Order: sequence, then structure tokens, then C-alpha cells
Amino acid sequence: MLKPTIGCEVHCELKTETKLFCGCKNEFGGDANTHCCPVCSGFPGTLPAHNRKAVEFAVKAGLALHCKISEFSKWDRKNYFYPDLPKAWQTSQYDLPLCIGGYVEFELDGEKKRVRLNRIHLEEDAGKLVHDGGISRVDYNRCGVPLIEIVTEPDMHSAEEVVAFLTELKSVLKYTGVSDVKMQEGSLRCDVNLSVSESENGEKLGTRTETKNLNSFRSVARSIAFETRRQIDLLESGGVVEQETRRFDDNKGIGYAMRSKEDAHDYRYFPEPDLLPVVMSAADIKRIADTIPELKDARIARYTEKLGLPDYDARVLTEDKDVSDLFDGVVKLGADAKKASNFIMSEVLRLAKSQSSEDVELKVSAEQLAEILKMSAADELNNLAAKQLLSFVWGTNVAPRAIAAEKGLLQSNDEGEIKAVFDRVVADNPKQTADFIAGNDKLRGYFVGQIMRASGGKANPKIINSLLDKLKN
Amino acid sequence: MKKTIDDNDVEHIASLAALELSDEEKQAHKKHLQKMLDTFEALDRFDVSDVPPTAHILSAVNVLRDDIVAPSYPVDALLENAPQSEDGAYVVPRVVE
Repeated sequence: MLKPTIGCEVHCELKTETKLFCGCKNEFGGDANTHCCPVCSGFPGTLPAHNRKAVEFAVKAGLALHCKISEFSKWDRKNYFYPDLPKAWQTSQYDLPLCIGGYVEFELDGEKKRVRLNRIHLEEDAGKLVHDGGISRVDYNRCGVPLIEIVTEPDMHSAEEVVAFLTELKSVLKYTGVSDVKMQEGSLRCDVNLSVSESENGEKLGTRTETKNLNSFRSVARSIAFETRRQIDLLESGGVVEQETRRFDDNKGIGYAMRSKEDAHDYRYFPEPDLLPVVMSAADIKRIADTIPELKDARIARYTEKLGLPDYDARVLTEDKDVSDLFDGVVKLGADAKKASNFIMSEVLRLAKSQSSEDVELKVSAEQLAEILKMSAADELNNLAAKQLLSFVWGTNVAPRAIAAEKGLLQSNDEGEIKAVFDRVVADNPKQTADFIAGNDKLRGYFVGQIMRASGGKANPKIINSLLDKLKN
Repeated sequence: MKKTIDDNDVEHIASLAALELSDEEKQAHKKHLQKMLDTFEALDRFDVSDVPPTAHILSAVNVLRDDIVAPSYPVDALLENAPQSEDGAYVVPRVVE
């Protein structure tokens, strides 16, 4: 049976203050060409000024991904004509990249899997073109933004493996703090190299194609399914796979060829004369390694060993650094670890992931969430009210307690008040009351529901239940 | 081994450089390119197998700047020399890869 063999090139924008070769702001969006100068706009006669932070961030990412850091690294020109690069070359690294080797490890279907990296190099991003009829509008705000390209070995064999690899890679990069890794904003993009072959271990690989610029996990998975099918169908019907560069149209769900091998780019790489090599000493590497914060595995260990959370909780909470930071924040403010974990995994993540994006977007502060959990622990909110309160607080900076009072979410713990409602419901339902007393405990839910409704959802269910228990005895 | 520049080489190099050459120019460039190659061939007389490739002709390394924002240019100034522009963007003939 023909099986796919897959390797990826992942581009990740670095979160420096300025661009790679000039002091223009590195910031997503903004009016066209407002974060630009003669250097990043490719004016003749300008010279690049190399950003130290970008070099350090690339090394930091490399260390977190278990790469060997090169002692000697240099820059090269990758030449091509396309209006998104005004210099007519991309400043990149060819034969001596900053980081060599490395790997990403993750679990899939209970099995540990390791994807080897070939290299990570530092280069500049290109500008943005907007095509409109017979013209293209060019915006160089993104041009010159520092980018790392992470190249894997062809170690993957299914869309699930690639998505699991990307999920873990994205998580590690976010923990190191070198990138926002927002696929939505294009700060993480993936090219997929795929071939199909008979052999399990990828020997005698078929001809591969490259599908470029996939910017969501979903389109990565769909393009892999599409391209695998296409190559298998082609080979089984006696055709041959052409080596080519392809694109995937997410709306139509199909891929198409962009350019074939014959007109493939001949980039004519040569050493960049305007930039000097970078030499990294062991002391430099140590200094950068010391800036790597507590990573995921350390947090998982802390959550399970120190906080007593189940392994499952620890993994879900640490998948995204922001979520893990939020959890740490509320626990620090006094919340019970397991209760906080449950509420974050169910309610917070549901809201954070609902915005038609794969990027987790938290719109609640640790202070707000801690307050909700505190009110809930003090029986001031029932579960439903806690959920509702979170959605009211989401995206605002208001105090949860104020909103809870305003929206009438506070739970009534006034036994006398609840008893009055209880008595009325019992009197209105003589048959059910008799059955319940006679031992039909299935009616308990009916009564709780009736009393909750009559109290406007505010009655503390614990008090209702204790009143029902008393009724029986 | 001596490499001879032929018409295909000239056309390939011209197309990579996005140049359209007349037949006359092609013949002239064929000669120039051949002369350059011949000149470089002089290097073949030396054994450089244990010489690392030159990364840069200067010996300085680690010339890096701090990550501090400097003011960008006014859009109008940047676009001053653009043959065509619109709403702050350069306008070029549509090019789709």
C-alpha cells in the first residue's frame, strides 16, 4: 500500500521590537508602509544593521528544540524577482545556519514520537501583496521582520502526525517567548513536502511536491489528505508525479500546481557582503540558555507532583503557555488547584477557542477568574451562574462581583426564603410529593428543577436537597 | 574541465536576471561570460581542498545592534519615487506566482 512521507518547513516570525536589519517597528498590521524606511523598502545604497535580539531569539528557539548551535554562522542572498521583496533578494542563511539538528517530541495515540529537525536558520520576511484586477498593491510593513525557518527531516507519515508535531512545536516556541505563534496573523506558517512510496521506512521515496504557505492546522491536514490521494490516484492510474510547487485553496478544498521543476527558481545563493558572520562562544550560548523560562515538561511535573493534578489536567493546562500562566495566576491568588483546573479546562477553554481560530485567546484576567472561583467556592454562585458570570466578564475589565449582583446571578443561601418557595412547590404538586415520600427518588430532580425555576435559578441546590431529605424523614 | 558558454546558458542567465536581450547582445554577452569563466579558471591550478570557503573578506564578526525602535519614514517620502501608488501602497502590475 502506498503511504505518504512528509517533511515540513515552518516559518515563525520572531517577536523582537524592531525588524531584522533596521529600527522600524516589528508590529502586525498598521496602515500600508507606515513601519518602513529606505532599508526595509529596499532602496539602493542602503546597508543592513543586524538585530542582536533576533539572533539571540533564533538561538533560544534552537536550544529549546535541542539543536546544536553553530559556533560560526553567516548570511547569504537568495535571489529572486517578486514585488514582495524590493531588494530582489531575501537575506537568508544557506550553508552555515545558526542551528543544526534538534528534534520535537510528542505523544500521539499513547505513543511517543520524535520528529528530527534538519536545521533552523534566521532570515527576513517578505512584504504583503494584495491583488486587485490588473494590479497588485504592495505593503512592506512585514518586509524585514525576523523569521526563523525550521526544517524537519521527512519523519512524518500522516496528517495527524503533522498536526501533532505542529501543535507541540507551536507550544514550545510560545513558551520560549520568541514568538506569538499566531497562525491567524501569519506569524506561524507551514510548507508541506510530501511524497508517497511503498516502503514503510521511507526508502525509495517517490517524487515529492511542496505545498506552500498553509496557515492553519486545518488546512495543513486537508492539504495532506488531498495531496496524498492525488499522488496515489496518479500512480495507480499509471501516471507520474511531477516535482512541483503547489498551493492549497482552503475555500474549494483543492490543491493546484504553482510552478513545475522546469521553471523552478534558481536562487543563485551567494554570501551576503553587507553582513558579517556571527560567532557564538560557549559562554554566549549559556547566557542565552539561561533566559529560557520554565518550559512545558517542568510545568507538567510541578502540576502533578506539587499540586496533585491528574496527568491529563496537567497536559491540557500546559498545552498553551497563556492558559498555563492563567492557571498559575489563579492558584497563586488562592484558588483550589483542581477546581481551577476543571473550570479552566471546561469553561475558559471553550470561550478561548470558540472564535473560529486555532489560536487560544484568553480574555479574562487571573484576578477576575480567581474572584469567580472564590465566589463559587463560597456557595455564592452555583455552577450555571459561574459559567454565565465568566461569559459576562469575558473581554471586559469589570469586577465579577459587581456584574454578578447586577445580573442577579448571586446564589440564594437564605434557608427561610428557599423554604417558602419549597413549601409552595410541594403544595402545588400533591401527587408527586406523595410518590416522593413513598420512595420514588427519581422525583428529586423534578423538585430541584421546579424550585430552581421558581427561585429564578438562584436557590442553592444543596439547601433544596437537604429540604427534600427532611421531607422524606 | 573547461566549461563553454552556449546560447542556452546566456538565455537562462538573462531570464534569471529578468533581462530581454537582442541577438546581438546575446552574442556579446556570450563572449563576456566566457572570458570571465576563463579568467576564473586560473584558480583551478591551486589545490584549495583544505581551505575553508571565504564567508566574508573582512575578519570582523558579531557586528550587531540593539533592538531599539527608531522612527520610520513618512509614507509620502517613501512613495515619492514610486511610478504609481495608491492609499500608501506601491502599485505594480499584477504578478501572481
